[in-house]
Amino acid sequence: MKKLLMATAACVSIPLAAFAQDKPESLKVGVSAFLTGPASVFGVPAKDAAEILAEDINAAGGIQGVPIELTFIDEGAGTEVLTTEYRRLVENGADAMLAAISSGNCKTIAPLAEDLEVINLMWDCGTQTIFEEDDYKYVFRTQAHAGTEMLATVAYLLKTQPDFQTIAVVNQDYAWGRDSWDIFSAALKALRPDVEVVGEFFPKFGSPDFSTEISRLQAMQPDIILSTSWGGDLDTFVQQASQRGLTNTSTFVLPLAESSLERLGSSLPGGHIVGARGDHYWNHPERRDDEDFKAFMAKFEEKTGSKAIYPVFHMSQGLAALEAAYDKAAEANGGNWPSEDQVIAAFEGLEFQGLGRPVTLREDHQGIEAQLLGTSVQGGDLPFATLENIMIFDGAELTTPVGETSVEWVGSLQPGWVDTLTVDSYEN
Amino acid sequence: MNLTLFLLALFDGIAYAALVFIVAVGLTLIFGVMRILNVAHGSLYAMGAYLTASLTTFIVAAGLPPIFAFPCMLVSAVLIGAVIGGPLEWLLLRRIYHKPEVLQLLVTFAIFMILEDVQRLVWGTQPIFQSAALQLLGNVRVFSVNYTVYQLILLPMVAVALLLGLRFFLRRTVAGKLIVATTEDREAAQAIGIDADKVFLLTFIVGAGLAGLGGALASPTTSILPGIGADMIVLSFAVVATAGLGQIEGAALTALLIGLGRSFAVYVWPETQVLVPYLIMVAVLLVRPEGLFGSPAARKI
Amino acid sequence: MFIRITIPTLLLMVLALVPFVAPGMQVLLTLALAKGIAVMGITVLLRSGQVSFGHALYFAIAAYGGAFTLMLMPGADLIVVFVFGIIAAVLSGIIVGLFVARYRFIFFAMLNLAFSMIFWSILEKFYHYTGGADGMRLPRPTVMWIELERGAYELVMFYLALALALGLGWFSMRWLDSPTGQLFRTIKTNETRLQYLGMSPQRVMLTGYVLSALLCGVGGIIMGLVQGVVTPEYAFWVRSGEMVFIAVLGGAGSVPGALVGAAIYEIVRTYASAFAGDIWQLVLGTFLLIIILFAPGGIAGIYSGVMDRIAGKKEEGE
Repeated sequence: MKKLLMATAACVSIPLAAFAQDKPESLKVGVSAFLTGPASVFGVPAKDAAEILAEDINAAGGIQGVPIELTFIDEGAGTEVLTTEYRRLVENGADAMLAAISSGNCKTIAPLAEDLEVINLMWDCGTQTIFEEDDYKYVFRTQAHAGTEMLATVAYLLKTQPDFQTIAVVNQDYAWGRDSWDIFSAALKALRPDVEVVGEFFPKFGSPDFSTEISRLQAMQPDIILSTSWGGDLDTFVQQASQRGLTNTSTFVLPLAESSLERLGSSLPGGHIVGARGDHYWNHPERRDDEDFKAFMAKFEEKTGSKAIYPVFHMSQGLAALEAAYDKAAEANGGNWPSEDQVIAAFEGLEFQGLGRPVTLREDHQGIEAQLLGTSVQGGDLPFATLENIMIFDGAELTTPVGETSVEWVGSLQPGWVDTLTVDSYEN
Repeated sequence: MNLTLFLLALFDGIAYAALVFIVAVGLTLIFGVMRILNVAHGSLYAMGAYLTASLTTFIVAAGLPPIFAFPCMLVSAVLIGAVIGGPLEWLLLRRIYHKPEVLQLLVTFAIFMILEDVQRLVWGTQPIFQSAALQLLGNVRVFSVNYTVYQLILLPMVAVALLLGLRFFLRRTVAGKLIVATTEDREAAQAIGIDADKVFLLTFIVGAGLAGLGGALASPTTSILPGIGADMIVLSFAVVATAGLGQIEGAALTALLIGLGRSFAVYVWPETQVLVPYLIMVAVLLVRPEGLFGSPAARKI
Repeated sequence: MFIRITIPTLLLMVLALVPFVAPGMQVLLTLALAKGIAVMGITVLLRSGQVSFGHALYFAIAAYGGAFTLMLMPGADLIVVFVFGIIAAVLSGIIVGLFVARYRFIFFAMLNLAFSMIFWSILEKFYHYTGGADGMRLPRPTVMWIELERGAYELVMFYLALALALGLGWFSMRWLDSPTGQLFRTIKTNETRLQYLGMSPQRVMLTGYVLSALLCGVGGIIMGLVQGVVTPEYAFWVRSGEMVFIAVLGGAGSVPGALVGAAIYEIVRTYASAFAGDIWQLVLGTFLLIIILFAPGGIAGIYSGVMDRIAGKKEEGE
C-alpha cells in the first residue's frame, strides 16, 4: 500500500514539474543565413548584427536570466545541408530557430519545423504564400511579406509621381523577381488602369551584363523603370544605366536599393525611389535619436565598417520577438521559466520592437511591419546617396487581410485607395 | 523590327561576344593542347576581375590618373597566368596527365572549389564595383542611344587583336608552332623531340592569363562578387564544344553567334535569352557532331 | 576471400541498425543513399568510358514527376508517386538518349549538360506551373494507403532507400556482366571492334543510357520525397558535377563504391559546413584533391588494396 501511494505521488509530481520548469543553462537558437554565394550580401551583415545583439542581450543578463547561444547555418551550402543541419541543431536541443532568407528555403523549412515541433521565426522571408496556403503552429514571420512591400512601393510611387504614363520592369528571373512583379502589376492595374507596361525583362539571376536591356530601355524611354533586383545584380544594373545616362531620362523605382546605397556611391543620382523591405534605414527618422538605436549603429559600424542595411533590422526583429515572447510567457507563468507551449501562446498577438517601429504578430502568425520609402539625394557629407522625402506607411493598411491571397486582394483595390493611407512624412 | 533596332541589337551582340570570346579562347587553347577541360578557368576569370579592381582602386586612391587602370588589367592578367596558372600546372596537373580524363577534370573541379573560397577569404562577400576605366572613355551616341566606348569599341577591338595575335603566335612563332604540333598529335610531337612538359606549362600559363585578362576586361562593366566564375564556366564550355576542340577561329565565330543570338532574343523574345547558348550548341552539334570547325578524329583499331 | 564478404555484410548490418543506434544519422544517410543510387547511374556510364555532365536532368525530372503527380492527384500513394516519377525519368532518358547516344567524350558530356540546362531554364521560366526557383512541394504521401507521421515516414523511406540501393546495385552489377553489359563496356575499350562484330554501338549505348537515367530517377524521387520539396537546383550543372565527383570518389566504375562514396561525401560536406563554417568548399575541394592524387582508385581502390594486404599476409602466414 505504501508503495502504491509513493508511486501515485511520483506520477502526480511529474506533470507538476513540467509547469515549474528549471531554467536551462542557455537558450539555444539556430540561425540560418547565407554566408556564401551571392545572397551573402544579406547573410553576412545579418550574422554580424545577430552577434552584436546576442552580446547585448547577454550583457543585460540574458532572456529571463538565461543567456542566449547562437549557432549559424550556411544557406549557401544547399538545401540538403540546410535541412540536415537544421535537424541536427533541433535534435541537439535548440529552443528556437531563425530561418530563412531564401523563399525556397522558407518553404522547405516551414513544414519541417512543424513536424520537428520547434519554434521557427521566419526572419527574412519574402514570399507571401506561406501563411496563405497553410496554417502553422510553430512558424511565425517577424516581418512583412512581398505583398506589403510591393504595395508600399506602389503607394509611394503614386504619391510622388502621380502623372506617369509608362513603366518597364527589369527583375531577376527567379521566384522573387516574378512574384514581386505579379503583385506590383496587379496593384498598378487596379489603382492606375491607364498606365501602360511597355517592357518586361527578366534577365537571369546573377547576370553580369544588362547592356542589351539598357539599349532597349533607352529606345523605349519609359517614365518609370522598376527593378526589385538586389545585391550584385542591382549594383551592376544601376551602374551600367547611370553610366549610359538612362538614370537621367527615366525615374527608377528600386524597392531593395537601401541595401545597395553605400556600394553604389555616386552612381545612383538623386530623384530615384528607394525602398527597404520595411521601415529600415540607418538614419531612421523616428529612431535616429533613440539611445539604443544610436548605440547599436555605432557598434555595427565599428564591427563591419558599413552602415546597417535591412537584413540587420530584420535580424533585430527576430531576436526581439524571441525575447519579448519569453518575457511575456514567463510573466504569464508567474515569473517561472515557460514551457514551449506557453512560449508559442505568447507569440499570438505579440508586440515587439527591433531597430524600427514596433511590429505585431497577427493571428495567422504574419508580422505587421511599417514600410519606409524615400527618394535618393546626392551631395550630403557622405560619399553615397541618402534619402529625402521619406514616407513611413502603417503596415496594417498595406497587409493582405487574413484568409485572402495577396495578388487577388491587391487587384481588388479601387483607384483613390492611396489617399486613404496613414503616412508620416519626413524631410530626410 | 526596324533597321534601327536591328543595328542596336547588332552592337549589343558584338560587345557581348567580344568578352565571351576573350574568356573562352583561353579555355579552348588549354583544351586543344592538354585535352583538359579546365573548370578552374572560371575562378581564374573571377580572380583576374578582383585583382584588377583592387589594383585600380589602389591606383586611384594613390592619386594617379585613371588611365593607369589599363596597365592594371595587363598586370593582373600576367599575374594570374604566371603566379596562379603556372604553379597549378607545375604542382598539380602535371601529376595527372597519365590518368583518365575524368580524373583530370575533377582535379580542376577541386581547384575551382578551393579557389572559390580563397576569393571570398581575400575579397569578402560584398560586391565590388570599379569602373574607372569605363568612365574614362566616356559614351558615344548612336540612334539616340548611349553606348559606352569601352564596351562598343574597345572590347571588340581587343577581341579582334587577340584573335589575330593568337593566329600569328601559333602559326608564325616557334613556340606557337610547337603548341600546334602538340595539339595535332601529342605522341608524334614527343617523338620528334618536342618537350611536351614545357609546351603544356606554356599553354596553361597563356590560357590562365587569358582567363585573367577576360576577368580584367570585364571588371569595369560589372559587379564582382562570389559566384561570377561559375556562370562564366558554363558559357565558355558551350563555346568550346560548339566551336570544335581547340579551334580558335571557331571560338570566335561561336562567341559571335551566342552574343548576337542573346541580344536579338532580348529584342524579339526576352524570355528565351538564357536558352540561346544551349540551343545554339544543341543545334550545331546535331548537324556537325565534331563542332563547327572540328574534324572527325582518326580511328584506331 | 572470407574477409572480403564479411566486412561488407557487417557494414550493411550496422547500416540497417542506424535508425535505432544513431537516429541523428538516419535522414542524412537516406539522402546519401538517394544520391548514391543516382551516382550508380553515372558509374554505369563510366564503364563505357563516357562522362555525363547533365544527369541531374533525370534526377530532377523524376522528382518533378512526383511533385506533379501529387499536385494533380492529391493524396496519391507513395507507390503511385514513385512509379510516375520513374516513368518520367525513363521516358525522357529514351528521348534524350536517342539524340546523344552517337556522341562520345566531351561532346557527350556537353550535350547532356545542354539538355539539363535547357530543362533547368524551363523550370525557371514556366514558374506559374513549376513554382520557379522556389520549386514545388511534395506533401507527404500515404504509404500503402496508410497516413504516417514524419518519424514513421522517414523510417520507411530509409529502409526503402536501403532496399532499392541494394536491389538496384545488384541489378546493375548483373547487367554489366550480362552480354549486353559486356558490349556496353566494349564502347570504352574499343568501339570500332563492336561495329566490326556487326553490333550497333548506338543501340548498346542507348540501353546503358536508359538504365543510368532510371537510376538517377530513383535517386531523385527518393530525394524529393524525403526533402518534401523539389527545386530547379536539382537539375543544375553543379549537381551533375557533384554526382561525377562522388562516382570517382567511390572508385570509377565500382557500383558499391558509388554508395559508400555518396555516404562519405555527404558526411564530409555536412560536417565541413557545420564546423568549418564558410570554408566548407575549401575543405571539400582539398579532400577530393587528396583522394584523386593519392588514391585515384577511390574508396573501392583503397578497400581492395587493404583487403589484398590482409589476405596477402594471411596467405604468407598460412
